[in-house]
Amino acid sequence: MTATPEALLQSGAGAIAAAVREGKVRSRTVVEASFARAAEVDAGPSGLNCILSSDMNGSLQLVDSAPVGGALAGVPVVLKDNIATTMLSTSCGSKILEGYVSPYESTVARKLREAGAILVGKGNMDEFAMGSSTEFSAYGPARNPIDRSRVPGGSSGGSAASVAAGIVPIALGSETGGSVRQPAAFCGIVGVKPTYGRISRFGLVAFASSLDNIGVFGRTVDDAARAMEVVSGDDTANDATSAPLDAPGLRTDSRDLTGVVIGRPKEYFPASLPAAMQAHCDRALDALRARGAEIRDVSLPHTDLALPVYYIIAPAECSANLARFDGVRYGLRLEGEGLRGMYEATRSRGFGAEVTRRILLGTYVLSAGYYDAYYRKAMDVRALIARDFTDVWASGVHALFTPTTAAPAFTIGAISDPYEMYLCDLFTVSANLAEVPAMSIPIGRVGGLPVGGQVIAPRFGEQVMFRISYALESELGGAAHA
Amino acid sequence: MSITYEMIVGLEVHVQLKTRTKAFCRCSTSFGDHPNTNTCPVCLALPGALPVLNARAVELAARAALALGLEVHERSVFARKNYFYPDLPKGYQISQFDRPLAERGTLAIGGGRSIGITRIHMEEDAGKSVHDRFAGFTAIDLNRAGVPLIEIVSEPEIRSSAEAGAYLRALKEILLYAEVSDCSMEEGSLRVDANVSARPVGEPSYRTRTEIKNLNSFSNVERALEIEYARHCAVHEAGGSIVQQTMLFDAHKNEVRGARSKEGSHDYRYFPEPDLPPLVLASAWIQGVRYGLPEFPAARRARYAASYSLGVADAEVLTASRAVGDYFEKVASAAGDPKAAANWVMGEVLASLNESGGDIGEFPVKAESLGELIALIRNGSLSNTAAKTVLATMLREGGTAATIAARDGRLQIGDDSALIAWIDEVWAEHPDESARFAGGERKLQGVLVGFVMKKSKGRADPKKVNQLLGARAGT
Repeated sequence: MTATPEALLQSGAGAIAAAVREGKVRSRTVVEASFARAAEVDAGPSGLNCILSSDMNGSLQLVDSAPVGGALAGVPVVLKDNIATTMLSTSCGSKILEGYVSPYESTVARKLREAGAILVGKGNMDEFAMGSSTEFSAYGPARNPIDRSRVPGGSSGGSAASVAAGIVPIALGSETGGSVRQPAAFCGIVGVKPTYGRISRFGLVAFASSLDNIGVFGRTVDDAARAMEVVSGDDTANDATSAPLDAPGLRTDSRDLTGVVIGRPKEYFPASLPAAMQAHCDRALDALRARGAEIRDVSLPHTDLALPVYYIIAPAECSANLARFDGVRYGLRLEGEGLRGMYEATRSRGFGAEVTRRILLGTYVLSAGYYDAYYRKAMDVRALIARDFTDVWASGVHALFTPTTAAPAFTIGAISDPYEMYLCDLFTVSANLAEVPAMSIPIGRVGGLPVGGQVIAPRFGEQVMFRISYALESELGGAAHA
Repeated sequence: MSITYEMIVGLEVHVQLKTRTKAFCRCSTSFGDHPNTNTCPVCLALPGALPVLNARAVELAARAALALGLEVHERSVFARKNYFYPDLPKGYQISQFDRPLAERGTLAIGGGRSIGITRIHMEEDAGKSVHDRFAGFTAIDLNRAGVPLIEIVSEPEIRSSAEAGAYLRALKEILLYAEVSDCSMEEGSLRVDANVSARPVGEPSYRTRTEIKNLNSFSNVERALEIEYARHCAVHEAGGSIVQQTMLFDAHKNEVRGARSKEGSHDYRYFPEPDLPPLVLASAWIQGVRYGLPEFPAARRARYAASYSLGVADAEVLTASRAVGDYFEKVASAAGDPKAAANWVMGEVLASLNESGGDIGEFPVKAESLGELIALIRNGSLSNTAAKTVLATMLREGGTAATIAARDGRLQIGDDSALIAWIDEVWAEHPDESARFAGGERKLQGVLVGFVMKKSKGRADPKKVNQLLGARAGT
């Protein structure tokens, strides 16, 4: 008995690739099913708006040239719109790059293609990845497939929603402060931010270079592991910050955590954490214990400084990274009086309000006379935050468990204060600052909306992080979505 | 004028490193190619492209720093220098700021004077704005964008325009010897900005300086400094004050005038380049670069004087370029006669190169061959005159000195029996002179030698002919 293409699409990346490799299904059929699903849920005024650009004929042509023996043979994928692909445009959710098609391919897009995956769309996102709800997309907000009145999270909201809605089994996002883990939690799927340097950034349009990571989404830990295994690895020839390490094997059959010590950092469980969220976390911690893990109370004392530090470093780097969008070589160009007029017209009308806000903030903190007070001090505190983690690892703890967010997805338009929006990253930014891997997996629902638990591991400790996530997913079973 | 002023100058020299590819991508650095052909996503600053440091550029920068006696740091940091300009594709230049590659060196400029070098840092070049190609438009050529440079910053220890010229010549000589750059001002691979101020002699602190740009030759640097210094002095004399600003030198009008843009007010918002990890150089690697340095001109001149007994003037000529010195040393060693080698290289070789406008690297006669030719003179096989003829043939046709001399019958004949046979014939053909010579009229020896030389078509060894004739006079 062969599963229908629709059922196969829901069965995950591993099952699709196996079926394609064994010739049980043509990848063309899977890709068509993916487009059919997108047509069903994505378009229209109440559609998810999670895909910014797609081209079915182009994708079907990819099928003909794709290697059938690859690890992701025939698996349809969505890439966040800030990851350079030569087939579809790479607009970064911004007017300033509307219709821009990259003449070169990012390392991750190449690796996916070489593994047989088929690009079916570019995921909606907050403009230049600045935001936590995908409401700051110049192409309109994406919606949460679980509740369309709510945000899917962000900034990789389109990629997360594509997976949650069953358009694709895996997708790529990027994150600078939690933009993969937070939407994964909001959409009830798995989201992975690897160690800084684990996945090449070559072809990822930079927001804050020292914090940016490409990350993966999957409906299951196993699919996320498969995607990670394909896109990770040494790319020092193209990215000087790439780690010279081969992609580690992340899939494991073991669901046993005997001997694993998991820390519960008290700063991530404040009294203000909603009771329902606390209860789901307790249940998850019990599940980890049930698999043999030891849970230990730990402290990361500089946690409360992470958000302010992040909102100095990220805008500072962004102010330089976004300088290249000047109307001279590509993208939007609006004429004005002289060179300065052209710059001003192009940039003030090409960038949205949040991007402009962060460029101004970053320009300010790097200015002469302010550098020491802001940027230098922030970098010093960043080192303290990273040391919090190394201190915990040195005490014999193998990984940490925390909530991914304090609350589930909010209603579209509910948050208008930028600072309140920034608080969405409260539990996720530290991992970016400390360059450690972290992933969010579903641990239950609050008011019918998914919430996620976060597993944080030492730098290049993706293997233990996945081992814990596999066991947690397995122990929670159906409870992860209840 | 009651007060005597002195000139205070510091120079910033940008030098293009002689790499095949750019500083952060694999594009060619070739000069003069069609606009925008040597470009890629990285040097065009396309979205998502990232820099990867060229190891060869680091090596050449370290060579330059060590050649100038600077301390190369084991850890230096790249930084972004932010400003908007259409020929700066990223909107920032990757440079180094508070943690440069190397610091603290000195450069001897002659006359017992040395100028301190503050620092050398690595950076990338910008592209080129072309304002006169299309009416009403500025065109951008990004072939040069991302080409590796070092900036060499001197201490404000230069006290005259002549010292500035001497500093630049000494700097260029060392950089050429170290083979880190072509140092061509015409092609822009060496560029100079000059900071100048004037102060009354004896005043301890510096007065406000101005920076002169657009200096396209060493002599223009000297001219511009004189003009700007005179302006400073006049302003001070009149009780005015100098405004810190950027000046441009106009070589045609021979004037220095203020640049329109207020570059002095730029805030470059430097911060560490997050796309490049700090540059960490192992001390053993630095040592390796140091050991790989060539002998520099001053040391070489001293050695030529000491071991080859060459005069100061000759040593200067032979060390004017590293390649000429290398050529000379090979000739000297093959010839076994440094003095003669020096004369031949300075005479025949450099004259021939002057005439052809060529480079010693392209000189058709290999140093070993020229050495062999000189050795043939030394052992009496060739006369000086014959050797020059042989060299001319070698230049035209190639081949080694010995084969050509033999083939063209230019080797001297020193064999006793051949010489005696010629002398006997002369003796028979000129009985009168022979008899008078034998009778003690010694002044006739020269005449008889001449007869023998003529008979031998110039190939007889005149020294030996003299000996043999002398012996005959004694009998």
